[in-house]
Amino acid sequence: MSHAVHKDYAGAKLGMWLFLFTEILLFGGLFILYAVYLARYPQDFSSGGHQLNVVLGGTNTFLLVTSSLFAAMALTAIQQDKRLLTLRLIGGTILCAAGFMVIKYIEWSSKIHHGIYPGSASIVKGPPGESVFFSLYYLSTGIHGLHVLIGATLLGVVALRVKNGTINSTDYVILENGVLYWHLVDLVWIFIFPLYYLML
Amino acid sequence: MSTAEDGRLMAERGFWTDTGKTGIGAWIFSTDHKRIGLLYFYSVLFFFLVGVILGLLMRIELMAPGRDIMGPQTYNALFTLHGVVMIFLFIIPGIPGAFGNMVMPIQIGAPDVSFPRLNLFSWWLYAIGAVLVLTSLFTGGGAPDTGWTFYVPFSAKSATNVSLALFGVFVLGFSSILTGLNFVTTIHRLRAVGMTWSRIPLFTWSLYATAWVQILATPILGITLVLVIAERMLGTGLFDAARGGDPIMFQHLFWIYSHPAVYIMILPAMGIISDIIPVFSRKPIFGYKMIAFSSLAIAAAGSLVWGHHMFTSGMSDTAVLVFSFLTFIVAIPSAIKVFNWVSTLYRGSISLDPPMLFALAFILLFSIGGLTGLILGAPATDVHVHDTHFVVGHFHYVMFGGTGFAFFAAMHYWLPKFYGRMYRKRPAVIAWCLMFIGFNVLYMSMKVLGMRGMPRRYYDYLPEFAQLNLVATVGSWILAAGLAIMLVNLFRGLFRGEAFTGNPWGGATLEWSTTTPPPTLNFIKEPVVTHGPYDFKALADDSPDGMPGDGRNQ
Amino acid sequence: MTAQPHEHNIISFRKLAAVWATLLVLTAATIAVTRFDLGGLKVIGALTIACTKAGLVIAFFMHMKYENRLLQILLFVAVVTLAIFIGLTFFDVLYR
Repeated sequence: MSHAVHKDYAGAKLGMWLFLFTEILLFGGLFILYAVYLARYPQDFSSGGHQLNVVLGGTNTFLLVTSSLFAAMALTAIQQDKRLLTLRLIGGTILCAAGFMVIKYIEWSSKIHHGIYPGSASIVKGPPGESVFFSLYYLSTGIHGLHVLIGATLLGVVALRVKNGTINSTDYVILENGVLYWHLVDLVWIFIFPLYYLML
Repeated sequence: MSTAEDGRLMAERGFWTDTGKTGIGAWIFSTDHKRIGLLYFYSVLFFFLVGVILGLLMRIELMAPGRDIMGPQTYNALFTLHGVVMIFLFIIPGIPGAFGNMVMPIQIGAPDVSFPRLNLFSWWLYAIGAVLVLTSLFTGGGAPDTGWTFYVPFSAKSATNVSLALFGVFVLGFSSILTGLNFVTTIHRLRAVGMTWSRIPLFTWSLYATAWVQILATPILGITLVLVIAERMLGTGLFDAARGGDPIMFQHLFWIYSHPAVYIMILPAMGIISDIIPVFSRKPIFGYKMIAFSSLAIAAAGSLVWGHHMFTSGMSDTAVLVFSFLTFIVAIPSAIKVFNWVSTLYRGSISLDPPMLFALAFILLFSIGGLTGLILGAPATDVHVHDTHFVVGHFHYVMFGGTGFAFFAAMHYWLPKFYGRMYRKRPAVIAWCLMFIGFNVLYMSMKVLGMRGMPRRYYDYLPEFAQLNLVATVGSWILAAGLAIMLVNLFRGLFRGEAFTGNPWGGATLEWSTTTPPPTLNFIKEPVVTHGPYDFKALADDSPDGMPGDGRNQ
Repeated sequence: MTAQPHEHNIISFRKLAAVWATLLVLTAATIAVTRFDLGGLKVIGALTIACTKAGLVIAFFMHMKYENRLLQILLFVAVVTLAIFIGLTFFDVLYR
């Protein structure tokens, strides 16, 4: 019995996709709530959306889409055995992620500064739909932000393994799976952005 | 060392000894699916017994009206704990975690699961989740008293230690997801040569269907629990009607997972029964394709019916109608299975060994549970019996009479294979008999009590319910006695019983073709599958005495 | 059983960049669409564009276009499951 150590490339990728399905469904729970409460409080959701900063949200969209491009390019680069380029592209992805988190921080702290956070005095006094809107906003962007951090850390580990050669042009499934995870982070944001920032 | 010598040594104690590693580390850090399966088995068995003791205590409290041995708050904590332990620590991880891990890779001819380290990690998550849940009992504001369903608004307001219990369940959910992910990948990628989709044993088929439910439904529970924790800690108000939230949305999200979870519990049990019935009838399973298909159909249809838990919640009448209709659809694939099992028995050469007796009990008890489920699925009758002991009786028939008995069947069917020792059959039959009687006395009384209007989740009741409650409590003792005899006899057999090496039941699935106990990588020679899982004729042709399967391929 | 990584499709930088540019154009389009007062149509418009963007990311960035049929079907099942969860919930929410 010697077949225990073979590398099942397609199996590893199938496993990763199954995991991504669970992530989709996890965020799906939040989207179910969003859909229901949007149907119930269209006006309040509109006025809530007005208070979010489209420029910051748009910039973050740009950053994530670009980071996704870098990540996809990193996969192409490792397939073509361009190690240094792979490392640079992963670095670019992580840099974009850092930029995203900085802007997120600015956004959140300005909101909190204006007394808009779950359970704050102005939220509790305000219209019920807005309270729901901002709670969902904080939870969705918060959990998404957590995924950004996890994804960036994951890519950092991948970069180290590219550097020491365990990930190379013949064995790169870990990089591919890490990149897949990163794209998921982008995918979720593609829906969060219009639903929260643009429903004016 | 010669290969023949090597093979003989491996055959002697198989995976127990052939790695040469001993001590606790060889178990809790092992990536061998059989060892992880046994880890799961003993963990879930421990929590099952904890749950049984809690259940017995509840029955003693309900033995007579008024306060018997505990007050209302203790009783609330007790039924919450009984539910959480039995659901999240025993019945959901039970069959996939224990027997799925032990048996499934061997059944498809694989050396292990696709991701052995992830498999170990999922057991660790299970252990951590269990510790968190148990810690929640003794810390913070005391044991949670919300019921295992954690309904808001009470769960958002209860001063007891709900948050930690919720987090524990979240971790357990993650463990369940990883098991499902591992199984789907394994079944797709690691089947042996010749193991086509129409030759996969039905137990593995049922695990496949289950795994999909684990993957697609569990994340919804995860996010729901996070939302309740956020509700308690941050005051998000998403389920708080006073702040624009909707408590019924919690029920939707909760049951989107927790109803499919019912199929996580019952589908693998049905798979066990589908594997056992043909072996002890010496007949190929009737309607193999329909049973395999109905597993997927139950998983799919079962994901659409969560609203039938909410008929009295204030949900819209349209939704009540839709969910009730969909609920009746689930009965079809379930009935397909029952009909096919019975058709397999028809004119078979039936031997009433202990696994078969438990399987037969399953068919009857599950059918009673399933049919009473239709009473609850019809809104007109549900409104009357909702939140009564009728519901408690119903789901114990399905979960205990169904999954529980299937678990016992699997213990008597597969564990000897992994220990290489056999238990005594007569005490097992006596235990089965006691359990069957005790079970029906206990839960049938509950159903009648429910029909007569006794609500669930109260530590006290009106005097007119006293007689049947006493009967039910006596039933619980008979059941417990049977359980004790069964466990003592089984483990006595496994550790000190008669050793064997062959194929004691004459099973035709792959796990019976390898050595007993199986070696670490399951097969000494990579298997090539040439016949279906219930093709007993091919099995007899392979070896003239009809009892092949020491797997040495000599 | 074991697929060799070499068989896998390599997507050129040019193609990836084209997808990236399209994604940015679509983002701009979403913002533009939601500036007008279209009522309920706005939600539909924004979500249609978002789904298109998601489709592009999945097909090209995540290589789904080049994956085998099995993975494509499984993804479809997962997405449909979520859609059904949302859809059935609305039987309650819309008719309450």
